[in-house]
Amino acid sequence: MTLLAIDDLVVEHRSPGRPIVRAVAGASLAVGPGEVVGLVGESGCGKSTLARAVCGLNPVTEGSITFDGQPVTPLGLRKRKLTGIQMVFQDPYASLNPRRRVGDQIADGLRTSGDTATAPADLLERVGLPRDFAGRHPHEFSGGQRQRIAIARALAARPRLLIGDEPISALDASAQSQVATLMRDLAVDSGAGLLFISHDLSVVRLIADRIAVMYLGKIVEVGNTAEVWANPRHPYTQALLRAIPKPDGLGVLPAELPGDVPDPAHPPRGCRFNPRCPLVMDICRDKEPDFGPVACWLHEPAT
Amino acid sequence: MTLDITDLKVTIGGKEILRGVDLSLQEGRVHGLAGESGSGKTMTGLAVLGLLPHGSRTTGSIALGERELLTLPPKELNRVRGGEVAMVFQDPATSLHPMLTIGKQLTEHMRHHLGLDKREARRRAVELLGKVRIPGAEEAYGRFPHQFSGGMRQRIAIAIALACSPKVLIADEPTTALDVTVQAGVLRLLRGLCDELGLAVLLVTHDLGVMSAVADEVSVMKDGLVVETGPRGQVLREPAHPYTRSLLDSLPDAEPSPEPAPGPRSEDS
Repeated sequence: MTLLAIDDLVVEHRSPGRPIVRAVAGASLAVGPGEVVGLVGESGCGKSTLARAVCGLNPVTEGSITFDGQPVTPLGLRKRKLTGIQMVFQDPYASLNPRRRVGDQIADGLRTSGDTATAPADLLERVGLPRDFAGRHPHEFSGGQRQRIAIARALAARPRLLIGDEPISALDASAQSQVATLMRDLAVDSGAGLLFISHDLSVVRLIADRIAVMYLGKIVEVGNTAEVWANPRHPYTQALLRAIPKPDGLGVLPAELPGDVPDPAHPPRGCRFNPRCPLVMDICRDKEPDFGPVACWLHEPAT
Repeated sequence: MTLDITDLKVTIGGKEILRGVDLSLQEGRVHGLAGESGSGKTMTGLAVLGLLPHGSRTTGSIALGERELLTLPPKELNRVRGGEVAMVFQDPATSLHPMLTIGKQLTEHMRHHLGLDKREARRRAVELLGKVRIPGAEEAYGRFPHQFSGGMRQRIAIAIALACSPKVLIADEPTTALDVTVQAGVLRLLRGLCDELGLAVLLVTHDLGVMSAVADEVSVMKDGLVVETGPRGQVLREPAHPYTRSLLDSLPDAEPSPEPAPGPRSEDS
């Protein structure tokens, strides 16, 4: 039973005077309960838009998002019934209210889930902070501590799906893997699914059960983390992994992937990766590979 | 010209941040500075440029060739800053001025330090943009930072740092905010410029992979002290200090990394 099912999702950004940008152009992904899925890709590939659509923060143009069999409705002015999805945002300096005590902000989450037995301090303890921090304001904390508070606030609502939209990229290097591991442990312990979005492959590898690689609005490869890492099949995944420098002391410069991510308002014809692909074939320039788990003509599934 | 830091101590508000740092940079070499956050990596970089926060007290010595930077009068230090010693910061989105064209940002300090006229400065700026491989350098000259991607912005920041032909470049986590694919390009660029122009580069980074790719010498810092210094191969393969070893052991990469070529692969890789 899948918890979250994203099916052929299309999300478009419209702004007056500009061409319509298809940030997510037909992506499918599933997250099961207690499962950690890592979504990786270069900046501008539509990862965050996908996450925001799952939360109902961006309207869906085509396709569907279902959570527990129910379609996800966009957030409006009315009180929301769907509190099973909670999000941890990228920048903890912007996502916490600077004028309210952190304990009160966590209590909002507790009220949402109708939980009267838990105190905000209990949640602070779960994310590894002292209980008496509940009376303080956000400016008294460092970035890593703030992100822990944001995680505590998200967990207070007892989500069944936790979404992290680059939750570690605003943090110091040493705090990154700590916060990522904490998110994983807390989500898995409470039986919730976790959709973890990051451009940092090494951290995703550390915590994810499955990896989904996104390129220009499409998911190009999905698979078990260890398998994808050991045997990447899509040329884009291969290029991503090759670009990670290895700490072997040999002084080998990482391989460069030529070119920039194309403008999503004018995606290339055929396979979206074809202008940068080292293994491009004639069919790639012509037809888009519309299949999975590896969307590449080299790995077309036998029919 | 070399930069020698000896017994550098920095105290801010009664708290000792650096407790006697020794480093030496050489022409055409990249010196990597590793360590976790709070170990004083960035402070070491800032101290060289005299950019430490107010109320900090510095002792020891930072010698650029024959000159002692710590006791230099502010006016002369201004001549060194941006001229002979340049810096590239972590986040190109905040280190560039959003409301000035990159042409303006590239030529301002050139005209000040080198006394070039407008036309000459522009010519050199376009040449620099070409050198850091910004496509369409002539048109790029008149654009604003928001019209470029993150990797291009960092390339521009590097071009700005290189504009006055510095001898020493301090790069503070220059690739941390970038995607891996873009990072690879910036690292290649840094290494190439270092070899070509004979720059002495101090590369501050927490990423030992980045360190291994471009640094010639590696120093590891902990609690305001350099605990280990040596050639790249030695420090990363046979670390002598237990702290360096614990840093290396904490990396998730223990198994073989992906192979470049697609298709069938051998099992023993």
